[in-house]
Amino acid sequence: MSDHSTRGPAGIRSGVRRLFRIPMHTPERVTADANDELSAMLDERVEHLIARGMPPAQARAEALRRLGAPLGDAREMIQSSASAREREIRLRRSIEDLAQDVRYAVRTLGRDRAFTASAIAIIAFGIGASATVFSVADALLLRPLPFRDPGALVWMANGTHGGLSGQTAQVNHLVQLHEQDRAFADVAGYFAFYGIGDASLVRNGDAIRLSAVPVTQNFFSMLGVKPELGHSFTPAESATDPTNVVMLSHSVWQNEFASDPEIVGRSITVNNAPLTVVGVLPASFDFGSIFAPGTRIDLFVPFPLTESNDMQGNTLALIGRLGPGATIASAAAELAVLAPRITAAHPDRNAFTPSLSTLRSHVVGQIHPAIVMLAFAVGTVMLIVCANLSNLLLVRATGRRKEMAIRAALGAGRRRLVRQMLTESVMLSAAGAAIGLVLAVIGTATIARLQTVNLPLLGDVRVDAASFAFVVLLATLAGLLFGMAPALQLSELAVHDALKSQGRGSTEHKRGRRMRTALVVSEVALACVLLVGSGLLIRSFLEMLDVDLGFRAEQVMAIRIDPDRQVLGSQSRFNSYVSEALRLTRALPGVQAATIADGLPFGKNRTWGVAAQGEVYPGGHHPVAYVRLATDGMVDAMGMRLVSGRDIAATDDSAGERVVVINQTMARTLWPGQEAVGKIALIDTARRVVGVVRDVRHLSLDQAAGPQFYLPFRQIQDYPIVELIVRSTLPASSLARSIRTALAPIAPNIALNEVQTLDQIVDRSVSPRRFFTLLLGGFAAFALALALYGVYGVISYTVAYQRQEIGVRMALGATPSIVRRRVLRDTLELAIVGVVLGAIASWIVARLLRSQLFGVGAGDPATFIAMVLIVMGVALLSGYLPARRASRIDPTAALGAG
Amino acid sequence: MALLKGTLDVLVLKTLSWGPMHGFEITSWLEQRSDGQFDVTDAALLQALHRLEARGLLGAEWGESKNGRRARYYKLTTAGRAHLRAESAALMDYVHALTTVLAARSAHE
Repeated sequence: MSDHSTRGPAGIRSGVRRLFRIPMHTPERVTADANDELSAMLDERVEHLIARGMPPAQARAEALRRLGAPLGDAREMIQSSASAREREIRLRRSIEDLAQDVRYAVRTLGRDRAFTASAIAIIAFGIGASATVFSVADALLLRPLPFRDPGALVWMANGTHGGLSGQTAQVNHLVQLHEQDRAFADVAGYFAFYGIGDASLVRNGDAIRLSAVPVTQNFFSMLGVKPELGHSFTPAESATDPTNVVMLSHSVWQNEFASDPEIVGRSITVNNAPLTVVGVLPASFDFGSIFAPGTRIDLFVPFPLTESNDMQGNTLALIGRLGPGATIASAAAELAVLAPRITAAHPDRNAFTPSLSTLRSHVVGQIHPAIVMLAFAVGTVMLIVCANLSNLLLVRATGRRKEMAIRAALGAGRRRLVRQMLTESVMLSAAGAAIGLVLAVIGTATIARLQTVNLPLLGDVRVDAASFAFVVLLATLAGLLFGMAPALQLSELAVHDALKSQGRGSTEHKRGRRMRTALVVSEVALACVLLVGSGLLIRSFLEMLDVDLGFRAEQVMAIRIDPDRQVLGSQSRFNSYVSEALRLTRALPGVQAATIADGLPFGKNRTWGVAAQGEVYPGGHHPVAYVRLATDGMVDAMGMRLVSGRDIAATDDSAGERVVVINQTMARTLWPGQEAVGKIALIDTARRVVGVVRDVRHLSLDQAAGPQFYLPFRQIQDYPIVELIVRSTLPASSLARSIRTALAPIAPNIALNEVQTLDQIVDRSVSPRRFFTLLLGGFAAFALALALYGVYGVISYTVAYQRQEIGVRMALGATPSIVRRRVLRDTLELAIVGVVLGAIASWIVARLLRSQLFGVGAGDPATFIAMVLIVMGVALLSGYLPARRASRIDPTAALGAG
Repeated sequence: MALLKGTLDVLVLKTLSWGPMHGFEITSWLEQRSDGQFDVTDAALLQALHRLEARGLLGAEWGESKNGRRARYYKLTTAGRAHLRAESAALMDYVHALTTVLAARSAHE
């Protein structure tokens, strides 16, 4: 250390001339000192010159000349160099102090490896979890959608009720909007009833199933997405029907076309028709992650705004871009006037009743509460981490009192000691954060790869600059937070000890113990909250898995067998295709049942208006029901339950009577209190009800089915999708291969990459819930482990501290089991206080969680009882080791050591 | 004569290697030792002192001058002493080389 830093009291007389460190001055003081120094210089010289015989006036003039600058200028120069000096010294000194603190911290932490390692591990987990959740929230809620000026984008749902038909609009609505609305700079749409795996791409003789979405010509320009290669659809390319151009997603271009830079202008074969590639979309544009979470969209084709497309009914999902100055409110106000006129233009068609929301809230609105819940959970975990570390540091602090007292005696002030301690805690936290960041990178990469989880924008989850800044901030705050209490306490004791040089005082001990007990109690309480939260979510998840689906998903697989266009073009050709496919499939060994349908549960759905014959509906408000097309074998293949009547039969074809199978809700809606079988329903035409089935959950697991009906596939020419559904005990992949071989004569291009089992489909529909439940459960487990560790620490310390007292008790006749029971009682007291506080907090928090719960109340007694049992059990477990240690204390040794 | 750039710092450090001094003592000492050859203005000297102190090469304290005046005394720090050693050696090498070159006799001289 440099010699000028040794300190001494101020005001030392000349002659002694001991140099000491100048205390830091106020700017005024520094300026005044600089002036003094300058005048001293002048005066000394004047005196010197006079002593050599110069007349005073001349001496003064000479001294000013030797200054080298006019007095005013010189004064300013000296003042500024003096204040520059103060600044630099201050900076250097704080860097020196910091370096010293860091060196010291590294030494002391290095000495106590076990403590350091466990502390860093705890922080690393806490920060890793926090950063991962932050990155998820960042991608889903904070970062703007990857479009130009995404704040101006508006989701325009046609109506507010469920089902895609209830959200979509007709072509004529969009055309009229283009002509008449003022609020929107542009409105575009995509065909919402595109099928996943609808497009069969033939390459090198092998077919693969891709997903194509028809979009309006202005779709990409409205979003502000610029193609990476080529151009977006031109009006000419979008006008002809059928169209013959296609745009590729970045990933399909990369994976199927080896990133061919010459792809634009080439022709590819999709569904046996040649399409010209006009553009490739950038990697940043992922249609699926925004509009259809959990799916991958590969191709885009134009959707012409033609009359024939208009006649398909509600098909378009509309997205608008607000014009300059327009707001959602002003646009809604305009549409409130415009929409009835648009409807009135085609009074016989579905109404246009737009409801607006921001595109962001449409995309992430539903999961917003779940993310907020995760954020709170991870915040709680972080609090427990801090409490735990505070506790560890407090325990450690008691062992460091002598060291601190020595430093205090050597002249380190209280502030300096606090800073030293905080440097240690922030360094611990920084080391933990470094590892935590690695964990977060792994965590986010894992989440981003969860393609089967049905959540939007998940692929964008990564540790970016924002997450990094978050980690730095969090680590610093956490380090200060958990270091503050121990630092203050220890430095106070150190200064105290330095004065009184006495060992541990019992008052200080009591205070330290109280603080630590309080920390452990809050750890236990917070862990309770997480346990209850995750317990309720787990219960909801189990309830949801327990839901009566109305069908049996096990051992059912589905494979797309869409025939060629020419087959689809004729009912009779299609009917023989269906019959032949079913016959060949049923002939395969291991196949128990098979049917052909136009979709699977939890997939796309559409609604039609229905009516009971002879019934008059006021205002023409027909009941609305979900449509499904199927063939014979439906009930057996899907494992549905027939309530009355019969399943669709093979003979329900174009020659037979027009029939329909309906679900119980539809039967109740159309014919309340009556037997529905035999009644006539007006659907596309008058149809006789031949069967009633139990409701099937087809929207989602937590949503009731609503009215639904099943039309015989062979009686209606309206089938964008042809799905072969097979019930069999064989594994899905081998079954798919044998089906492909068996159907080769009639359907040579069956792709194997789109085989799904119903189990997978059900699984995917619960995937968001599972995702959140697993994360929260993990947090709760971690919190519980930390609380256990905290309780263990406090009880162990108490036992160690009371060694003598326990020794005395044992000498006086207390048996080991009495001692053990006493320690366990202490532990239980701690746990009970924590659990009571935790239960109260959980009671409140559970109420906020209500929107996330399913089939279980916020005050679910089973969850609360389980929580209490788990926490008490864990507390007893963590008290057991110290209790055993206490009971083995040797009285003579304990007393002798004292 | 005017000082070459950078040499004032070394001269000040050298002066203070004789012991703590205040500003006027330093300039007087320099004047004496150089037979009045070095022309250092007082303002420049004080600024140099502040600069050296800021770099940690000097320490300072207020004391009383022989004439009973409050004066700021400067003293070399350990770092200052090391700096002086290194810089004066470099400077002397430089001067030696300079002298050698300038003193060499050219062919036609």
